[in-house]
Amino acid sequence: MTAPAWSLKPDDRGRVLLSLSGDWRLAEAGSIDVVPVLAAVDDRSGVVDVVVEGAGLGQWDSLLMTFLIDFRRGCAEREVMVDVTGLPAGVQALLKLASAVPERKGDRRVATRVCWIAEWGEGARGVWLDALFITRFIGEITLAVVAMLARGPRFRRIDPWLQIQECGPSALPIVSLISLLVGLILAFVGAVQLALFGAQIYIADLVGLSMTREMGALMTAIIMAGRSGAAFAAQIGSMNVNMEISALRVMGFSPIEFLVLPRLLALILVMPILCLFSDLMGILGGGLVSIGFFDIPLTQYLQRTIESVHLPDFLIGVTKGALFGILIALAGCVRGVQCGHSASAVGNAATSAVVTGIVFIVVADSIVTLICDRLGL
Amino acid sequence: MTESVIAVKNLTLAYGDLLIQRDLNFSVNRGDIFVIMGGSGCGKSTLLMHLIGLLQPARGSVFYGRQDFWRADGKTRETLMRKIGVLFQSGALLSSLTLAENIALPLARFTSLAQRQIDSVVSYKLALVGLAGFEDYYPAEISGGMQKRAGLARAMALDPEILFFDEPSAGLDPVSAKLLDDLIKSLRDGLGATVVMVTHELSSIFAIGTESIFLDPETKTAIASGPPRRLLGESRDPKVLRFLTRDHSAPEVLA
Repeated sequence: MTAPAWSLKPDDRGRVLLSLSGDWRLAEAGSIDVVPVLAAVDDRSGVVDVVVEGAGLGQWDSLLMTFLIDFRRGCAEREVMVDVTGLPAGVQALLKLASAVPERKGDRRVATRVCWIAEWGEGARGVWLDALFITRFIGEITLAVVAMLARGPRFRRIDPWLQIQECGPSALPIVSLISLLVGLILAFVGAVQLALFGAQIYIADLVGLSMTREMGALMTAIIMAGRSGAAFAAQIGSMNVNMEISALRVMGFSPIEFLVLPRLLALILVMPILCLFSDLMGILGGGLVSIGFFDIPLTQYLQRTIESVHLPDFLIGVTKGALFGILIALAGCVRGVQCGHSASAVGNAATSAVVTGIVFIVVADSIVTLICDRLGL
Repeated sequence: MTESVIAVKNLTLAYGDLLIQRDLNFSVNRGDIFVIMGGSGCGKSTLLMHLIGLLQPARGSVFYGRQDFWRADGKTRETLMRKIGVLFQSGALLSSLTLAENIALPLARFTSLAQRQIDSVVSYKLALVGLAGFEDYYPAEISGGMQKRAGLARAMALDPEILFFDEPSAGLDPVSAKLLDDLIKSLRDGLGATVVMVTHELSSIFAIGTESIFLDPETKTAIASGPPRRLLGESRDPKVLRFLTRDHSAPEVLA
């Protein structure tokens, strides 16, 4: 392997000759700077013509090509002609290929720097447009629900059941675990404070009312947003990428009726049941803490729970659960439908579904809690 | 005079401000195998999307018989769409359903056949495309060529009057592509259907194409139309000739 080399000198016919020799290979030689060569051309004032010859060239690859391309460009700027007929045939063919399709004006993307105020403005506008899209989507779902009630469902009969199986029983383990732990934590933190007043027995009230009215529905909803919301977005997003949604539309199916309604119905049915389950697991968790750390007998804990938690509390929690189910399905399906056409787009859709779902849930929760407070429920 | 099955008048396609094609005028007659061709990026698939009701035109009309598709109401449009079948480039089968369930979808939706009858129609359609026995396979379990054929079986489920193909030979080896051409031709003869296909597969264009339109990405309009073989023999436009002969130096050769 001989090092790449070049030399610029007049030839015996009065032209300027650029001789290239050696092995010009990327891996071995790194890069050859074209600036000194062009400087050498500049030194020879009045030169109009450079002939490149490569009789001494050994093995070459893209290193030689990039060098020649840069050299030709530099010469073109100096209005110097370059003759490459003295180079190996392969080099000449590649040079011709590389310049065969010149860059079209307007094709190259230019990075634009945007000031942060403009970025914030664009972001806000994006949120506004998103809100419009979601509102429209809600409208379409409403129409689809009305149509379904009027003339029967236009989705496969088995689809809601498949979705129920995915959202329901499969979620029981994680909902149980997290609800148990939340009940446990609530009881522990609360009881420590209550114990200061000798009022530990009121753990039962604390855990029971918190779980049934708020935490059961909220924790279950957040879990389901992560599970089902992301799943819906990814399923529908992938179908979008694969042209399956276009195929459905061409076959006369409404994607809203065929894909969104089964998922919506599944969550509306499943969420209240999961919430109830979550309530019970939370109360159990509180019970474990009471027995284990605060010497409250189980019977006394349960008795106190029954006294303090009433049917309206369960109903509020369960209703919230159903509402959150609607919001999760909405977020998941909207993001799936909006999904772009690449693998990363599907991932983004899933992430966005979870975030949007959680935002919807928490905002809705605040509103419902406020309403309940005003109505004295 | 045969009434045209599809008539396109002054159609302009655009994505927002980006113009794709303008002032397209052509007709597809019953029994035609109509080829939409042109260089990459000229808007062939976009034109197809406009014909099958997936994209709305910026200007102009698409007539099915005498019905202006985009100015008709939803119900009329639905009736019209029931008469067409579309094979998308990759088959676009619903990946969570088996082949049988995929083909059964339009049957269950638009007919009142009992399940047993649907099953026998499904088996018949699969047999037509050479996939007998594959009813319970999922799309991911079969090859790309088989997915296309299954997609074709689904496109034909309701015995449509018009079949649309988006790049049917893409990704197929020459033998499979020829088999698909023969299949398309037999289906056209057997079903009495009209075929519109977007393709740049020259062998298919010359083997089965009866009429064509050539879209140009630079002028953004149609620069030639007519039977492919006639274009090959009579066209003087260098872009058309280069395309049809795969020859960069075509104008000099035929001058």
